[in-house]
Amino acid sequence: MTEPLRPVIVGAGPAGVRAAERLVAAGLRPVVIDEAARWGGQIYRQPPEGFRRPKSALYGFEAGKAGALHAAMAAILPDVDYRPRALVWNVEAGALDVLRDGRTGVVSYSHLILATGATDRVLPFPGWTTPGVFTLGGAQVALKFQGCTVGRRVAFLGTGPLLYLVAYQYAKAGAEVAAVLDTATTLDQARAAPGLLRDPTTFAKGLWYVGWLRAHGVPLRTGVRPVRVEGGERVAALVWRRGAREERTGCDAVAFGLGLRSETQLADLAGCRFRFEAMDRAWLPERDAAGRTSVPGVYVAGDGAGISGADAAELAGERAALALLEDAGLPADPARAAAIEARLAAVARFRQALARAFPFPVDWAEGIADDTPVCRCEEVTAGTLRAAVADGSAREMNRLKALTRVGMGRCQGRMCAAAAAELLAQALGTGPEAVGRLRSQPPVKPLPVAAGVSHDEAAE
Amino acid sequence: MTTPLLHRVAETDRRPVRFTLDGQPAEGLEGDTVMTAMLTNGARLRTAEFGHGPRAGFCVMGACQDCWVRTEDGTRLRGCSTFLTEGMRLLSGEGAP
Amino acid sequence: MIEHLDTDVAVVGGGIVGGSAALFLRRMRFGVVLLERDWCGAKASGVNFGGVRRQGRPLEQLPLAQRAHTLWGRLPELVGSDCEYLRSGHLKLARSEADLDSLIAYRDRAEGFGLGLEIIAGVAFRERWPALGERALGGSLCPEDGHANPRLVSPAFARAAAALGAVVREQTPVDAVDRDGARFVLRSGDRLEVRARYVLNVSGAWSGRLAAAFGEPVPLESGHPCMAVTEPLPGFLDVNIGVEGGGVYGRQVARGNVVVGGGRGFALDADRARPQRDAVVTLMADAAELFPQLRGAHVIRCWSGVEGYTPDRNPVIGPSATTTGLFHAFGFSGAGFQIGPAVGEALAELVRDGRSSAPLDAFRIDRFLKQKDRGGAAA
Repeated sequence: MTEPLRPVIVGAGPAGVRAAERLVAAGLRPVVIDEAARWGGQIYRQPPEGFRRPKSALYGFEAGKAGALHAAMAAILPDVDYRPRALVWNVEAGALDVLRDGRTGVVSYSHLILATGATDRVLPFPGWTTPGVFTLGGAQVALKFQGCTVGRRVAFLGTGPLLYLVAYQYAKAGAEVAAVLDTATTLDQARAAPGLLRDPTTFAKGLWYVGWLRAHGVPLRTGVRPVRVEGGERVAALVWRRGAREERTGCDAVAFGLGLRSETQLADLAGCRFRFEAMDRAWLPERDAAGRTSVPGVYVAGDGAGISGADAAELAGERAALALLEDAGLPADPARAAAIEARLAAVARFRQALARAFPFPVDWAEGIADDTPVCRCEEVTAGTLRAAVADGSAREMNRLKALTRVGMGRCQGRMCAAAAAELLAQALGTGPEAVGRLRSQPPVKPLPVAAGVSHDEAAE
Repeated sequence: MTTPLLHRVAETDRRPVRFTLDGQPAEGLEGDTVMTAMLTNGARLRTAEFGHGPRAGFCVMGACQDCWVRTEDGTRLRGCSTFLTEGMRLLSGEGAP
Repeated sequence: MIEHLDTDVAVVGGGIVGGSAALFLRRMRFGVVLLERDWCGAKASGVNFGGVRRQGRPLEQLPLAQRAHTLWGRLPELVGSDCEYLRSGHLKLARSEADLDSLIAYRDRAEGFGLGLEIIAGVAFRERWPALGERALGGSLCPEDGHANPRLVSPAFARAAAALGAVVREQTPVDAVDRDGARFVLRSGDRLEVRARYVLNVSGAWSGRLAAAFGEPVPLESGHPCMAVTEPLPGFLDVNIGVEGGGVYGRQVARGNVVVGGGRGFALDADRARPQRDAVVTLMADAAELFPQLRGAHVIRCWSGVEGYTPDRNPVIGPSATTTGLFHAFGFSGAGFQIGPAVGEALAELVRDGRSSAPLDAFRIDRFLKQKDRGGAAA
């Protein structure tokens, strides 16, 4: 007799929900584990119970999609083993270690779909640890999830579609947008325009935000590099430059991000092979068009598998679920699978254009002053990293970590690994693809010692 | 009083929740995270261990681990993902070494 | 094209033993080529708990441990940094009267070696370490034992050797070692060939292959510890802690993080290991019992490593029993960090003098050969 299927999905954002929906449609009862209290992921994050703003106020143009995703999960709840407020902190031998309500237990799986999402990609600059400097996504969560702005007069810095979207949302919410400072140049954006027209709706929305901000007198600047945050105990101003010319924007908060970076720790612990993806400028789990990784029975979908956006994540989640069904010998839907793959391929071409319009600032690393903290947790400076390279000791990321503690703190390198790789590569005269990647270690997020005292003995 | 870091712009008609911040009585709203409650009453969550500066969170989505807050009984809470409850006794590290 | 190097001593393995051997050989002006498969100090030497402890070692290791103690005190002079080495003291706890008795018995047996062990129990114990949990009745303190940062120490020896002129090649696995007359020929793929008069086989858990190739197999097994570190906490623990009978151990570093260990990991492949989930959970419970201060804290990282274990838990240190010019030092069975530098020094002396000033008889490789030969003869 064969073992019953026990599919587990990690993450209840666009990819996780659509994967669950497809498995339920096939008659399975997936386990869905999510860190948040309510489903939706980051982009369609739902406010706590009792909040009253309508979805149109929370999600703008995307309210319809958000509503549909929320409804889809609500509809399948009776057929899903849904575990919110639960952290998967380890993967070992076909089972997950899950922390929930202060206790840790083991959840075994026959198939695993990792839909772990993404957070803002950041690079350090002087003063970036000052209270009042938040990520773009963080500034958006404060507004969407808590009804708060991160300041009264906020400067928006970085690049990518989120930069203009969050600035727009802040202005609509009544905050003053001090400036929108894009690290990309107008030339980048002009060159990418033909490619962006592959998705005219998305392109039009982007232009609309820019147009709205401009029409409302918000200073929009391109080709910007940050110089420093002034203030000390809290943000007083952001000093930035275009070329050699410095300017100072008075503000009480800075929202900052350079696109997104995938959450890949669980795929790493599950043993998935990784490869360097030039477009993401990051190491990502190897996957086929359906989301199969190098480990049989383990799938990745959504932004956790490489940044593709929410629409693609919904498709990728469904596609991974279809792959799971195919691999388990259950009736799948090959026509639907093929159609999804075709649409995902089109999205990938659009993402190429987006990456050209909002390129990663490759010159940033060389400009980071030696006394700038790169690792926020362990407060390791750029100078410390450069010294470990200069004496010949560190030529690879895990060595750099061992010698300097970069990436060794609470966040396990989520906020600093990209910068450390850029610095290491720059100091060695090579590219980030040549310096390796930090090995993931359990627990992927801090684990209360007390969880060991009250753990669940038996595997569930 | 310190000007708070976060500003409420919506959803303000929720039930108040009382807590203490560095021993002083303070008020948040039902549905607030610990981070929101502290940063609408102040401008810091903790002091960085290895430098001298205050910290007040960064990613607000459970990734950066910048917002770990200490309570008076030694418990540690991640500010952005823990909801405020009545009677919490939160410390911001203000004035501490 | 293959690169050829000619030297006096080829060191196979860049851990703390190989790195310190290379350093002492250079100080004696021998030519040295050190070949490391990974990065120097990347394996057990660099990822171990970091205890620098003489207390509790078998008596036959204490002469080497005492020599190592002196060398640890000279770290800044030897490698240019203190590598966070602290003589914090090592306190071995007794959780029962029987454990206390065995600590007293060890103190008496080790009397002549100069460890300065002090048995502290009862009220004096509670007053001195109020932070420790209720279960310990007392303990044995070795005041000058301590701890260090292994991630810094082990690479530092190889780097210091390189600064004195040793040729250090990382990412260079040794695929074959052959004899050519009076010299050894070591090959790394089609990239490098090293000819040397002496070879040091000091590659930890991976040393068995080279020993076997020269006709002296050792029953070496890989072991994987389980370790974890907490977020930084206010200082409460100024001494490195062990427990009689084993189990849990812990230390707090100057930055405030508490490093704890106990239980086992598992092998991911021949090169890598990870803690077992059950071990992590048990370790957290044990650590919280030992250190009540940890009850509100978080573990931020767990790790393991690959260590070579011998059946009698003593290392192999000394000349090959089959091949002139070949020397071994491996199989430290989870306790090589503290004595590593003294072993490196002893190997350098063996190369220079044919003998070491430290007694190494207990560590002869032929203690395993003899058993096998006897078995063979009887068959």
